[in-house]
Amino acid sequence: MESNMKENIDYSSYAVVMKDIVKQFPSVLANDKVNFFVKKGAIHALVGENGAGKSTLMNQLYGLYSPNSGEIYINGEKCKIKGPKDAIKYGIGMVHQHFMLIDNQTVYENVVLGLEPKKGVFLNRKKAKKEVKNLSEKYGLQVDIDSKIEDISVGMQQRVEILKILYRGADILIFDEPTAVLTPQETDELFEVMKLLQARGKTIIFITHKLYEVMAITEKVTVMRLGKVTGEIDTKDTNPKQLATMMVGREVLLRVEKDAPKLGKKILSVSNLWVKDNRRLNAVKGVNLEIKAGEILGIAGVAGNGQTEFVEAITGLRKAEDGKIILNGIDITNFSPLQIREQGITHIPEDRIKRGLIEEYPVYYNMILGKHEEKPFSENGFLNSRFITDYSTKLVEKYDVRPRNINMLAGNLSGGNQQKMVVARELDNTPSQPKMAVISQPTRGLDIGAIEYIHKTIISMRDKGIGILLISMELDEIFSLSDRIIVFFEGETIGEVTPDEITREEIGLMMAGSKNVFHSTERGESDETK
Amino acid sequence: MKQNKLYAFLVPVISVIIALLIASVIILSVGKNPIEAYSIMIVGAFGGSEQIADTLVKMTPLLLTGLAVGFGFRAGIFNIGAEGQMTMGALLGAVVAMNIGSVPSVIAIPICIISGMIGGALWASIAGFLKAFTGAHEVITTIMLNWIAVNLSSFMVTGPLAVGSGTPKSPEIADSAKLPVVLKVQASEMSIAIFIAVVVAIIMYVYLEKTTSGYELKGVGFNPYAAEYGGISIKKSIIMTMAISGALAGMAGIVDILGVPPNRFVGELSGGRGFDGIAIALIGRNNPIGIIFAALLIAALRTGSNAMQVQAQIPDDIVSIIQGIVIFLVASERIVYSLMQLTKRKKGSAAA
Ligand SMILES: Nc1ncnc2c1ncn2[C@@H]1O[C@H](COP(=O)(O)OP(=O)(O)O)[C@@H](O)[C@H]1O
Ligand SMILES: [Mg+2]
Repeated sequence: MESNMKENIDYSSYAVVMKDIVKQFPSVLANDKVNFFVKKGAIHALVGENGAGKSTLMNQLYGLYSPNSGEIYINGEKCKIKGPKDAIKYGIGMVHQHFMLIDNQTVYENVVLGLEPKKGVFLNRKKAKKEVKNLSEKYGLQVDIDSKIEDISVGMQQRVEILKILYRGADILIFDEPTAVLTPQETDELFEVMKLLQARGKTIIFITHKLYEVMAITEKVTVMRLGKVTGEIDTKDTNPKQLATMMVGREVLLRVEKDAPKLGKKILSVSNLWVKDNRRLNAVKGVNLEIKAGEILGIAGVAGNGQTEFVEAITGLRKAEDGKIILNGIDITNFSPLQIREQGITHIPEDRIKRGLIEEYPVYYNMILGKHEEKPFSENGFLNSRFITDYSTKLVEKYDVRPRNINMLAGNLSGGNQQKMVVARELDNTPSQPKMAVISQPTRGLDIGAIEYIHKTIISMRDKGIGILLISMELDEIFSLSDRIIVFFEGETIGEVTPDEITREEIGLMMAGSKNVFHSTERGESDETK
Repeated sequence: MKQNKLYAFLVPVISVIIALLIASVIILSVGKNPIEAYSIMIVGAFGGSEQIADTLVKMTPLLLTGLAVGFGFRAGIFNIGAEGQMTMGALLGAVVAMNIGSVPSVIAIPICIISGMIGGALWASIAGFLKAFTGAHEVITTIMLNWIAVNLSSFMVTGPLAVGSGTPKSPEIADSAKLPVVLKVQASEMSIAIFIAVVVAIIMYVYLEKTTSGYELKGVGFNPYAAEYGGISIKKSIIMTMAISGALAGMAGIVDILGVPPNRFVGELSGGRGFDGIAIALIGRNNPIGIIFAALLIAALRTGSNAMQVQAQIPDDIVSIIQGIVIFLVASERIVYSLMQLTKRKKGSAAA
């Protein structure tokens, strides 16, 4: 209906019009008659689950692929974009999911690369630096001009990418999942930059699958699913629930439903725990906490405030310098990782590539890591390959690991599917039900459909009486799963709250080290009359 | 999966073919006919039972040291000390074999072989413990242990164990400890050693692919952090890997004394075969079955090259060249891989 109306509209008020775009890859129809309209000067969200066809659509706008059929209009003018060079000519720039920078060159060299101001045959360094500096000031893109790319943070690398396309004169900026690699703080900074870019007249296409980001910064949303557009709507007229339904094709619970926890006896108690980081500095400074059977304790905090070291000490991967960790009455302080597993702690590690899997092993071998010595995975010193094969085939199905090929090397799976594999292994009850689960960043890089499934699994583990320690940088995740929340700041616990007595903003302040918030909520807590 | 296996098989085979082609250019350049040279070589290595016996005798220690090094590689350990472990295995095994007396062979031989394996295992374990507990790198420690082994063995063979005059040597081992000979043609005699070595290769294959312990060792080799997370003890794995690798090298040393005349310990016996193990493990891609073929290839090249030198006056250095090219190509398999991809793509683009 809406697209019919657009037939009559003058395209010149649109920065981008993509009409009936079809893109067929050998095995998938990645774009199936996609219509995509972006108003000049807008911040326009393009959302959809992994594999929906978002990147493919944008790659055609940027000239990396050419559509099988369909038309593209830029600023009302019909055009054929044959390559990135053409795209740049039309004022289109793209920041890809994977950065394309030269690691051992400086920031300013990367920005001017290919368009260098020259002095004779040489790079005019002074002029290049000055131009990059002006540009970075104009758009609030803070970068260390003289640093090498390999020495700067991911967030800053992203700003360099943005500078690069601005330097080439882009007016239409495509950001392909820019927030996937950013911390929450860096995400906020990026949003400031996007607002400034918009204020300076740029048009922005913003790809994401985090719905609160859509709500926070965009004016319009286009939703894609399985290669098709399933909806286009003004952001102010929609809500995350409706968007999620359009993305997944069924109703999705953004906040898992759960009953009040049925608390059992104390499972884990940590007292006065001190742990050092890799530089031998104190990272955890005298933490005390307890977890009961059947509850989820969430740990919130900005990355790098001791959560990682805390988890590693509990799971035996790092030495506890002082203090005690008691599991079910047994002192497990400085037990080996194997002993701790044997005591019934399962662990989803925050860094799946480093800790969670062996890239060179196929999926079926990764599905048993840590359980490999137990019956029935292993008998009399031999691996029980028939059982392992059946078991992993089952788990791959249950947790929707794609492709459904247990012989594939784990290193060849996409990040999201690696995560599902690790989660499947750790949350499955074979061969025995764990007593406690230490769960770090369980849904990093996953779609909302998969997130929903994993959240449900975590809740059902809780309801079976397992004690759960949940560490996540996603505040939404902490909020929707935890029964209690503890905030870490500089290696100490700075406050304990329950999710319904505090807001996102307040917990954000606590994560930044403010104890006042905590006191104010304490007051709120005693104020039970309302 | 199938594709992986096919690929693992193709890389060394293609490498050998390329190496032979390059070597034939060199043979041509010295004015000889490469086809003739290669046929002399093949006849020299496999042309009759005598030649086959020679090749298989040469192959035995190569196979065992190849397995020793390959086993280490699989668990992420670079055991450069097969040379020293082989020597120490031969030494300890020989001392036992000299003194075992007239017990039946079925008892004497296993005892002597196990002694040799223990000798190699203990020697390697020094490096294993150092790595596990102090982090000392095994390349450095095993090289130093090689030198100690060389000097210790020449001291033993010129001092405490020395007999007779002339070249230093130990007494001959007891007859009961000598390996039964299965093939004797003129000067060449072949013992059952090669069969023992092949069985060991098959056991190693089963161990690495089918057992829980093999799963753990390989896991540590691929990603020690994930292995640690999975409850595998890195220290235990390092020590075990070193010990097993050393035991295999030690076996290479003792089998050479039990199975090959003059059946004596003569000091620095291994003549570089410990280092050949590295080459063979590389060519066999650390797969026990691949290592069998790699050892056969190198042994055949060496026996064949003798014939080539005698009959066609082509210097046997050509064998070192061939070996070098094969190792280079296998080690830089990416090159061969991209060549294979390229031909695939050419075929593919015709269809597209
Ligand atoms: N170069 C390609 N060749 C073949 N298939 C592709 C290619 N790029 C993407 N695809 C497939 O097209 C579909 C859409 O992918 P993509 O556009 O990357 O999704 P999104 O960015 O929404 O996650 C997926 O099924 C993907 O596997
Ligand atoms: Mg994408």
